[in-house]
Amino acid sequence: MAERQANFSHRQMILPFVDQPGGLLKALHALQNASLDHFLAPSDLKLVAEVFGVPEAKVWGTVTFYSLYSTSPRGRHIIRVCESAPCYVVGAMDILKSLGAMLNVQPGETTSDGRFTLEVASCLGVCGVAPALMVNMDVHGNLTRDKLAAILAEYA
Amino acid sequence: MKYYRAHVLICSGSNCAIKGCRSVKQACEQEIIRHGLQGEVQVVDTGCLGLCDQGPALVVYPEGVMYGRLTPSDVLEIVSEHLLKGRLVHRLMQQPTGPAGEVSPLSMTPFFQKQKRVVLKNCGLIDPERIEDYVRAGGYTALATALDVMTPESVIAEITQSGLRGRGGAGFPTGRKWEYTRVAAGQQKYVICNADEGEPGTFKDRLILEGDPHLIVEGMALAGYAIGATRGIVYIRGEYELSIHRMEQAIRQARENGLLGEGILSSAFSFDLEVCAGAGAYVCGEETALIESIEGNRGEPRFKPPYPVEKGLWGQPTSVNNVETLANVPSIIEQGALWYRSLGTPSSPGTKVFTLTGNIVNSGLIEVPMGITLREVIYEIGGGIPEGKQFKMAQTGGTSGGCLAAAHLDIPMDYDSLQSHGSSLGSGALLIMDDTHCIVDLTRCFLKFFVHESCGQCTPCREGAPALYHLLGKVSAGAGGHADIQLINRLSRTMQSSSLCALGQTAPVPVLSALQHFWPEIEAHLNGRCPANKCVMGKAAGKIAN
Repeated sequence: MAERQANFSHRQMILPFVDQPGGLLKALHALQNASLDHFLAPSDLKLVAEVFGVPEAKVWGTVTFYSLYSTSPRGRHIIRVCESAPCYVVGAMDILKSLGAMLNVQPGETTSDGRFTLEVASCLGVCGVAPALMVNMDVHGNLTRDKLAAILAEYA
Repeated sequence: MKYYRAHVLICSGSNCAIKGCRSVKQACEQEIIRHGLQGEVQVVDTGCLGLCDQGPALVVYPEGVMYGRLTPSDVLEIVSEHLLKGRLVHRLMQQPTGPAGEVSPLSMTPFFQKQKRVVLKNCGLIDPERIEDYVRAGGYTALATALDVMTPESVIAEITQSGLRGRGGAGFPTGRKWEYTRVAAGQQKYVICNADEGEPGTFKDRLILEGDPHLIVEGMALAGYAIGATRGIVYIRGEYELSIHRMEQAIRQARENGLLGEGILSSAFSFDLEVCAGAGAYVCGEETALIESIEGNRGEPRFKPPYPVEKGLWGQPTSVNNVETLANVPSIIEQGALWYRSLGTPSSPGTKVFTLTGNIVNSGLIEVPMGITLREVIYEIGGGIPEGKQFKMAQTGGTSGGCLAAAHLDIPMDYDSLQSHGSSLGSGALLIMDDTHCIVDLTRCFLKFFVHESCGQCTPCREGAPALYHLLGKVSAGAGGHADIQLINRLSRTMQSSSLCALGQTAPVPVLSALQHFWPEIEAHLNGRCPANKCVMGKAAGKIAN
């Protein structure tokens, strides 16, 4: 019953995008934003394919192409550490290693309490304050190992 | 209109926001009220001043005194000393004072003196969230002039004569692109602003959109008028939340004031804009991949020709222009092609916005005339290399650009000079690296980016990038030989000549320039030695390479 209700509300959520040119990505954005685990479940993709009248393979192909979409459940907060060259030359790898040790996860994994998912990312576009990372949509820059604990503490 | 005796301009760009400009602004406003100065001093949010490493920063006018690296408690002192008593707070000032204690204007400091601001003319001076501020600074004059006295053809002629070239990286003449789009047959033409900025080390488009969004609205409306488009799309990468917000707000404000929509400024010209947010893919900065993404598909580049000017969005003629390119347009229309040509070099007229990153004292955003040397940028504007270290190399144009050595510090920075030295102007990213870094280690880092960002559609790029990354790993581990270097060379040439789009074609550029300019250091690796002592060699390293 609950599942059917969720399905109904998801359908309502994406219907407005069907007639919009290029609305597929917008629908996927909306569904993922509504997901508590920040991901697109197989049932979501099936629904999008049905509502948009396109093959399920096309939806999977589109979703897995873009780095902002995930097809597996993620933590409450998503940490994205930039490993591109401008961050790399000022110590991004130290930051990534320290975070991994603090959270006891490898990049791509979620902490056992479901609080954080650690991801590596390409340039976040704030190289003026490298090394940088994003937690959800917040950017944190000029990172040093000492600052990490305080940043994590901001996210319950 | 209300007059204030002093203005406090607080940078609210992303780089400053990270450092806490919100709390600085809040403290400033509260303190001004506490001292009863709210009728005399106005606090204004502005765009980026350029000195990102000195944020959060604010400038107090009329004196033009810049205070940097502020905490909320510093602001209490600025309000009670500077704004209340008229005494400068020297310990927080970011510019020198003369013998009699007088402040030299911000524009005379080494950081600003060599700059020429055309694209960034309003950044740090106006409130980007208020259309009134943009209009007061002369905004929308160019659009009004064009609609009033210029034909679309004469707008294109002016841009062509100005010699403006695309600022996204390829450097294609903007006037010619518009001309092709104008003459192409199609029912509905489009202007697309490419703000899918993803080149590592580049954040200029973000700060332009955040600091002066109406400039882009005006530039796009002019482009639309010139090519005969009634619709435009600003494609902004999904991570740029503030850019998306400011652009959407600017579009709303422009509509409310009759500067977008039906019959703009009582003319027969109709044009409207919308924002489209990206979903995280570097390759979408490539114009045909970007179009695929707007259409709701995987962002895979199309085979060219046909070029977007003939068959672009929804198969219609489309002009895709970079943010910085469009930001130049209003000034060219207002001040003329001759004026624009007086800046820069004959083959690369105008200015270029660069982002300084890496091992440099002043990391941030600058705008300089084309043709300035790397030495001037690094040592005069950028303040040199920190911690007394030596300059080793600079990568121009982002991760897809070439690496230049100390011997190249005096070549002019323009499209053609950089290309003749195996590099490129690209997006204007300048990554400076000191002598503690190893060329092999860095080149691996660059390649890792392409391994991740290759879209996988064409074989040379999909297979070539990981193969290069693997070979460089072998060299880094001290297990490489001359045969591997030959293979790296051959693979690089293959990728350059046979990849479908610029991503695969330019991925080998940093590798080839490293081989060209840093051969002795690479050769040392073949002999089992890393001169910078960065690469881990031997058995343990062999594992990493795999």
